[in-house]
Formats: sequence, structure tokens, C-alpha cells
Amino acid sequence: MLTKIKCAGLAVGISILALGQAQAVEIEYWQYVFDTRVKAMDQLIEKFEVANPDITVKHVTFPYADYQTRVVAAKVAGQGPDVVQLFYGWLDNFVAGGLIQPLDPSVFPPEEIERDFFPIVSAMKRDGHYYGLPTAVRSLALFYNKQLFQEAGLDPDSPPQTLDELVEAAKATTKYDASGNITSEGITVEMGGQDHHWWREVLIRQFGGKPYSEDGRQVAYNDAAGLAAISFHSGLQTEHKVGQAGFMDEGQAAFRAGLAAMTIDGTFRLGAFSSNPFEWGVAELPANADGVRSNYSSYFANAIGATAEGEELEAAQKFLAYISSPEAMQIWLDVVGELPARKEVALTEDNLANPIYGPFLKGLEYAHTTRFVDEAAQRQVVIDMENRILLEGQDPAESLAQAAREEQAILDRFYGK
Amino acid sequence: MASVATPSGPAGIAGLWDRLSIRTKRVVWAWAFLAVPIVFYAGIRFYPTFQAFWLSLTDWDLLRPAAFIGLENYRRLFADPVFWQVFRNTFAYLILGTPISLVLAFVIAFYLDRVRFMHGLIRALYFLPFLTTAAAMAWVWRWFYQPVPIGVINGLLSAVGIAQQPFLRSVDQALPAIMVTAIWAGLGFQIIIFMAGLRAIPLTYYEAARIDGLGEWAILRKITLPLLKPTTVFLVVFSSIGFLRIFDQVYNMTTNDPGGPLNSTKPLVLMIYQTAFSSYDMGYAAAQTVVLFTILLIVSLIQLWLLRNRT
Repeated sequence: MLTKIKCAGLAVGISILALGQAQAVEIEYWQYVFDTRVKAMDQLIEKFEVANPDITVKHVTFPYADYQTRVVAAKVAGQGPDVVQLFYGWLDNFVAGGLIQPLDPSVFPPEEIERDFFPIVSAMKRDGHYYGLPTAVRSLALFYNKQLFQEAGLDPDSPPQTLDELVEAAKATTKYDASGNITSEGITVEMGGQDHHWWREVLIRQFGGKPYSEDGRQVAYNDAAGLAAISFHSGLQTEHKVGQAGFMDEGQAAFRAGLAAMTIDGTFRLGAFSSNPFEWGVAELPANADGVRSNYSSYFANAIGATAEGEELEAAQKFLAYISSPEAMQIWLDVVGELPARKEVALTEDNLANPIYGPFLKGLEYAHTTRFVDEAAQRQVVIDMENRILLEGQDPAESLAQAAREEQAILDRFYGK
Repeated sequence: MASVATPSGPAGIAGLWDRLSIRTKRVVWAWAFLAVPIVFYAGIRFYPTFQAFWLSLTDWDLLRPAAFIGLENYRRLFADPVFWQVFRNTFAYLILGTPISLVLAFVIAFYLDRVRFMHGLIRALYFLPFLTTAAAMAWVWRWFYQPVPIGVINGLLSAVGIAQQPFLRSVDQALPAIMVTAIWAGLGFQIIIFMAGLRAIPLTYYEAARIDGLGEWAILRKITLPLLKPTTVFLVVFSSIGFLRIFDQVYNMTTNDPGGPLNSTKPLVLMIYQTAFSSYDMGYAAAQTVVLFTILLIVSLIQLWLLRNRT
């Protein structure tokens, strides 16, 4: 109580002193708790406050599981953040809920955004307005265990470049016991991990199809391309027997334990894999026979809260501009290990030559972003589709058709509101 | 409330208070104290419960304001094949889990009651799983069930030449595999309660029966089981509610594909959790909650009625 009175007194004193000068503005920045992200943001805030002494930024974090609920609850209570981080897939919900406001085109000109950022930034655009900008982006790549490659007589410095080579390498590196059970996988098979993105945005396109209609409202994979893509993926287990869903519980666990020669995963896994007790490498996702490549990219963007106005809005805009500046992106890459969202910062010679970041960055140039309306539910549709084939022996074409119906129902319910 | 109880209050009230008999005063005092938990309970339990009934008639998604949509959520629920799958799963947990766990617990308690050698240690061993966090236990079992090379059970099977089993990766085996762990986890508690019940039966009954020449089987049927009825009723209700609300084990053993594979292990509570906190479909989740509430209510009432009627 006493401290409160003291604080209040102090505040009064300070505000009297500040009269006549520019009023100090405090804005709130919200993100979820993830150690390196919090550290990186603290550094950015420190630098920003030095450059803008009249603005203070309060850094507020919540556990990931509560994050969306907190943002919503705060809005209901009228105490929303001024700058808020959100997953690109939440955008429609955040806009519909009135949680964020569109970026002022005079401060953030759309043509500059489109010129400087990777094209996937368009996932933050609705009706011609951008609603947020990312600091960093993520993409997928093929991780491979050089030691297992060597043991199998493969060159550890030339990872598979095509899907056929991928299957060959997987066959060469898979190990079985006397009863034919897999004891070490050639490649992990796990739709619940990153494979559903690989299937949706990469394999379907490589087999000549596309996952959704242009506006993202119609499922478009229920055709020959979709069938070829799911047959290829489930074939890794059923036909080639080079992987097994559920092996070692999770694909990334199998890879870390040195019991999987290859796995497809994202930039966010680099931290966990850095302590692997064996030499591993990263390669671009394999191309198809015609050399077509694709990738899936996702990101967290920063947006301006709906309640920010006047000088708080101005401060929020300054802060958002700073945390999506080239300088901020370099800090984010160094501290968090996530790729810069601006082309000029990402595609430097140094970065492209980096054996780890290079393949991820190349992937960004041709990456696609799925407009999810309920990522968990849409992922579940793909998991179930493959499980029906693997566990119940359902015909892949029927399973694919059922998945398309289920996912279309999810999309319809969302867009029908 | 306080002024009623204070003798030094205004004369009118003090006079009124003095005129009350000691018995009435006691009742007033008792209610004064009871009111605190009742108000608290009504605030955090009953109010949200009624709120849930209301929400189940809306399309609230946390973000947009709730709109009244009548019984649409219920229509959608009853037309959803996943709901019926989940409904069957929930009852599979209940109908298999409760009798198996109670019979096992009774048999163990019955014989453990007669064991003197290391009685305390054995009882403690049975009780230990009940003290362990469900999540931690579920993860240990999850690893037990893995395929070779890391799954202990499949390792043993392979060693004796039996083909490895998919367990959690099978639509047929996953639910029993999870139920076994849930039964094991609750066994210790049920054994302790059964043993307390057995101890409460006066020894004189048994002595009289033996003098009359009744066999062990007859003693069990005519004396032990009937006199154990209150204990059994309590455990049946308690364990049924536990199985109807099963969540921790299922969620922790199938986090990669919660309630999977293909919804074969998903109980109602997990479906509610996913609908509410993953899809943010609060109105639909509230409708599911109301259904769960109704099932719990009906099952409990039927059990109480059945087990009471036979006395």
C-alpha cells in the first residue's frame, strides 16, 4: 500500500517535471513465452528506447497455451496491447474480433512492403490492407544424419536432390531386425509433425496439383495430384518400408537419437538439434523429377492493437517499424535463429553460403503459406487421412475424398459466419 | 449478518437476538459460517454451470459477441459421427473400466486382508500409483507401449518370438491399452477403501457362520458382500464418474494425435477440451459439456437407485 502511495507520488512528481516537455508515452508489447524470443525482444526494446527516449515499451509475455485467450480477455476488459504478436494463421480471427487495426498505408506503404519482404507476407493482407509485419519467418528443410549416410555407403556431402533420390537414400539407410521390424528409419513418417505441411504445400504441387483455390476457401486437392502425393507419402511406410509412423514416438526424437537418417522439419528445430551427438546436415526439400521445388513457410507477425490511438498509436507505429527493420531482423537471426523476413537481410552472400541457413533461405524464395482457419483441426484431417490408409487399409482415393470433405466443412463453417 | 450476531448492536436487534433460544442461536451461527462456502460455491460453480447452459445455445467463439442460435449446436453434435464415436469410447471406458477395476480391487483387498507377511509394503505398492501424477505415469506407459527398439513390452514380445504389437498405434488396441493404465492408477485407492470396508465387518458374524458350518464361498456371498454394500456403492459411483471424466491418461498418451488414432481413444472430455481451447468454438463446447453433465447425472442416479433398491 505504502509503495503504491510512493509510486503515485513519484508519478505525480515526474509528470509535473515532464510538463512542458514531450509527454513520455508507454506502450505495451505482447508476445508468448519462448526463452530466446523474449531475450531478443528485450534487446530490441533496449535499443529502441535509446533511440526514442520519449517512449517506453512494456514487454508482456504469456505462456503459449494461454496466449490467444489472454489477448481476447484483455480486449473484453478494454486493456489490449498496443503492439501484439500473432501467428499468421490467426489473422482472420483477430480481425473479426476487432483485436487489431490495419496498418496506416502512409506509414507502411504496401508497395514497399511487397518490394522488401518475402512474398509470403501477403498472408497478412486483407482487402488491400496489411494488418501486420513479421520480424522473422520459418521454412522447412531436409535434415540428414551424415554418420548414417556414411555407414550406408552414401556420400555425406551430397544429400538427395529429388524425390527418387530421397527414396533411394532412405532405402539404403533403413535398418531392420531379424523379424523385419524397423530399428532405424530411413526417413521419419509423421503427419502430426511437419509432414502435413510437406504434403499440402510441397508434394501436391510437385505432383501437379494445388492444395486450395486462389482465395483459400475451397479444397482443391481431391484429384490425381492429391492422390499421388498421399500415395507417395504413405508409400514410404507401406511400399518402401523406410519409415514407420509412431516410430520412437516422434520423428524428431528418432532423428535426435540417431535412429532416423532423414527428417523434414523447420528452422525452429535448429536449437533442439544443435546438441545432437552426431554430424548432421541440412538440404533443400527434394525437387520432383522436373526440378519443381516448393516449401511451406510460416511466421509470427506483429500488429497494432485496436485500442491504440493518438500518441500511443504513433509510438506503436514507430516501434513496429523498428522491430521489422533490417537491424532488428539481424538481431533476431543471431539470438533466435529465425530467418529475416526482408529479402535484402536474408539473402546476403554470408547467409546463403551458411550450410545451415542456406537451404532454408533458398526454400523461402519459392515457399507457400497455407491460409489456415483452424490449424489444429486441419492438421487432424490430414493425420486421419493417412491413418485410415495405414491402420484401416482404406483405399487412398476414398480416404483423400473423405479428408477433402472434412476440411471443406471446416472452411465452410469459418467463412460462412 | 455480523450485526445480527453482535450483542452490542442497536437495541432493537440486540433485543431480538436475546429473545432467541440457544438452539435457534446455534442454527443462526451455523448458517452464518456455512453461508461463506455456499456463496463461494454458488459463485464459482453454479453460476458458471448455468452460464454454460446459456452458452450452449450460442455460437460464441471468444472473439465475436455471442449470438443466440437455439439448438443448432445440439443438432450439429448429434449429426457428428465423431461425437458418436466419442460417446461409444466414453461408455467403453465406463462399462469395461468400472467392473474390471472393482472386481480386481475387491479380490486383491480380500486376499491382502488375510496376508500378514509384508502387509504394509504390499499395500503401499498398490497405493503408490494413486499418488503419482497421472501425466507422468501416462508418459512412462506411453514409452512402454512403443515399437522396438525402445518399447519395453514389444522388446519382450520380440525376444520370445511373438510379433510386435502396435498398441497405441492401433484403432483396436489403443483404448484397452490406455484403460489398463487408468485401472492400474485407480486400483490402490479402491483397495484401501475395500479393506477399510472389510475391516468394519464385525468378526462375530464370521465366527457364528463358521460355527454353523458355512463354507468360505457362502460366507463371502451371504455375509461379506452384503455388508460391504455401502463401500461398493461409493466405489461404483466414484469410479464411474472417474471413467466418464477420463482425460489425463488419454491426452498424455496420445498428444501427437490427441484421442487418436482416428478418434479411437477420444473421450468426451478431450473432445470438449479440443473444441473449446484448440478450435475456440465455445458454444459448441458448451453444448458438449451439457451432454456430459446430463450423462453423469443420469448414470449416477441410475446407480444410486439400483444399488439402493436391492436392500
